[in-house]
Amino acid sequence: MESSVATPPAGPPAGVTPPRPGKDADEGSATWRLSDRIGLAICWALGLLFCAIAVAIVVYLMVKGLTYLKPSMLVTPATAGFSQSQSGGFSDALIGTLIVAVMGISIALPAGVGVAVWLVEYGRPTALARITESTIEAIAGIPSIVLALFGTVIFSSTTLGFLSRTSEGVVFGRSFFAASAMLSLVALPLVVASTREGLNAIPQHVREASYAIGKTRIAMTRRILLPAARPQVATGAMLGLGRIIGDTAIIVVLLGATQNFAPVGGAFPFNYLRGAGTTRPTSSMRPRQPATSTSPSRPTRRPSSCCCWSWS
Amino acid sequence: MEFVAPDVPELNHHMEGLGSDTPSPPPPIRRLPLEETPAAQQVSAPAQPVGGSSPQQGGFTAARRSIGAPQFSIRRMEIDNVSVSYSNREAVKGVSLPVRQGEVLSLIGPSGCGKTTLLRSLNRLTELTRTATLSGRILLDDVDITQIEPTSLRRRVTMVFQQPNPFPMSVFDNIAYVLREQGSRRQRKKALEPKVHSALDRAGLFEEVKDNLDHPALKLSGGQQQRLCIARALAAEPEVLLLDEPCSALDPQSTQVIEDLIVSLRDDVAVVIVTHNLQQAYRIADHVAFMYLGDLVEYSSATALFGSPREQRTKEYVSGAFG
Repeated sequence: MESSVATPPAGPPAGVTPPRPGKDADEGSATWRLSDRIGLAICWALGLLFCAIAVAIVVYLMVKGLTYLKPSMLVTPATAGFSQSQSGGFSDALIGTLIVAVMGISIALPAGVGVAVWLVEYGRPTALARITESTIEAIAGIPSIVLALFGTVIFSSTTLGFLSRTSEGVVFGRSFFAASAMLSLVALPLVVASTREGLNAIPQHVREASYAIGKTRIAMTRRILLPAARPQVATGAMLGLGRIIGDTAIIVVLLGATQNFAPVGGAFPFNYLRGAGTTRPTSSMRPRQPATSTSPSRPTRRPSSCCCWSWS
Repeated sequence: MEFVAPDVPELNHHMEGLGSDTPSPPPPIRRLPLEETPAAQQVSAPAQPVGGSSPQQGGFTAARRSIGAPQFSIRRMEIDNVSVSYSNREAVKGVSLPVRQGEVLSLIGPSGCGKTTLLRSLNRLTELTRTATLSGRILLDDVDITQIEPTSLRRRVTMVFQQPNPFPMSVFDNIAYVLREQGSRRQRKKALEPKVHSALDRAGLFEEVKDNLDHPALKLSGGQQQRLCIARALAAEPEVLLLDEPCSALDPQSTQVIEDLIVSLRDDVAVVIVTHNLQQAYRIADHVAFMYLGDLVEYSSATALFGSPREQRTKEYVSGAFG
């Protein structure tokens, strides 16, 4: 971005003088009108400003952070501590990101490709197709915090209790399942849009050629259209993956800022995916206390391990 | 299924004067000797070989004769009073034609006269256009094609288009795609190999591509791509092969290879070819149907239609007065 802002000096205003090699054009700017020269100066200044901001961020982080950075942080979980040099540790974030990314995209990819194929190749009745389209676009426009709160409502319901940690009938509603289900919604519009683009780019005569030798639409979709659109599907998956990895609101609300990998019931992979997250429970999942007028009760069912906001 | 490529040197020689396969300039058809008497123009009569031509007749007659008359003809399809309209525009008006195995049927006529629409209705491809409606009957071996499942009909009546349109995959997979059965497990490559090879061989392409069957089909030359499309259409073992201006995007040499191929195929499958190119129709067709503004103006043997057209409009068209 910065460099593209800084490029205008390369040439004189279009149409005023015929294009000349770069050096000549540079010298020519002295003969420009004053307003043009001011504009050029502003362009330069803005370009340099943004470069400076980027450099400042990096330098600041390095100066402040390099002293605390050590390789062991990659494998240690975040810990609570009064000194900044003792807290830290990325492993929770790394493992958590990996898990939600894999789970999220493995939900979003098949669903997104399916929706896109239906929209492009079938799309009947038209009204339903139009509704689907605008719904997907609407999802793309929803802030992820709204999705997160919505997910809390859904996954705190008793019927979905098996997906997360429960305690005395109270469903905590936060787990890898809950987080990746909502994160897949974040990625879905990107996968759909990209796949649609890929399918639309395949010329109609390819489809006709397939019909003309007696193949069904399903066979055509599987053997020709999807393989041909594979690059775009991959692009969509990558973009979606980027959104999933970059999302924070859903993670904090539906998973927790730090991980608690203590297994909770169930078979092997699921016991680790159910109970997770040690961020302080939000009020919506705080167990309802019997009305006691005395002590202003703290929720008693908080996960036992330490709460810490170091990664929020 | 093997065929011997027809001897082409003679054909080559005679085609030299023709130049490219572009529709202009009008062919010297008017100067052709009218060998056949009007009585010989019977609609269903197979083309008669033109006997004893004099040297100054130009390339047409000779090139035509080197192909030879059909050995037999069996009626495979029957187009019975077929009309096709898009929304409220009638593209084909009450056309009746027979399609015979052992012969090449050519549909000619100016652009927009309904040739392609008629061709597409033969394997129900018109149904893919939502606005198209069809009336009349089309029979395939005496069965109404609307009674046949579209996919199985289209395996029996396959079609090749104007632009070569191989699928974006390898040469082998292009053919194998046709052979792989719906829903069954992906067949082993080895099991499909003989059939793929024979389809490529029938389209006269095998020798050229046998060493790089795994290369992407889109890397082939235009003529090879079109023959691949024909091989693909033949791999389904069709009874009728529909060709929609298969040579209009090709150079003269590829055109000739494909024309030879079409003629050599006519005994195995009934061939219907739409063409803008009158010379081409004359070179390869046994019967020609001239359509104009959706009407079937004239249908007769190629020599009769080009030599002594009965209708005024046909006469004007083949002489290049319009088109």
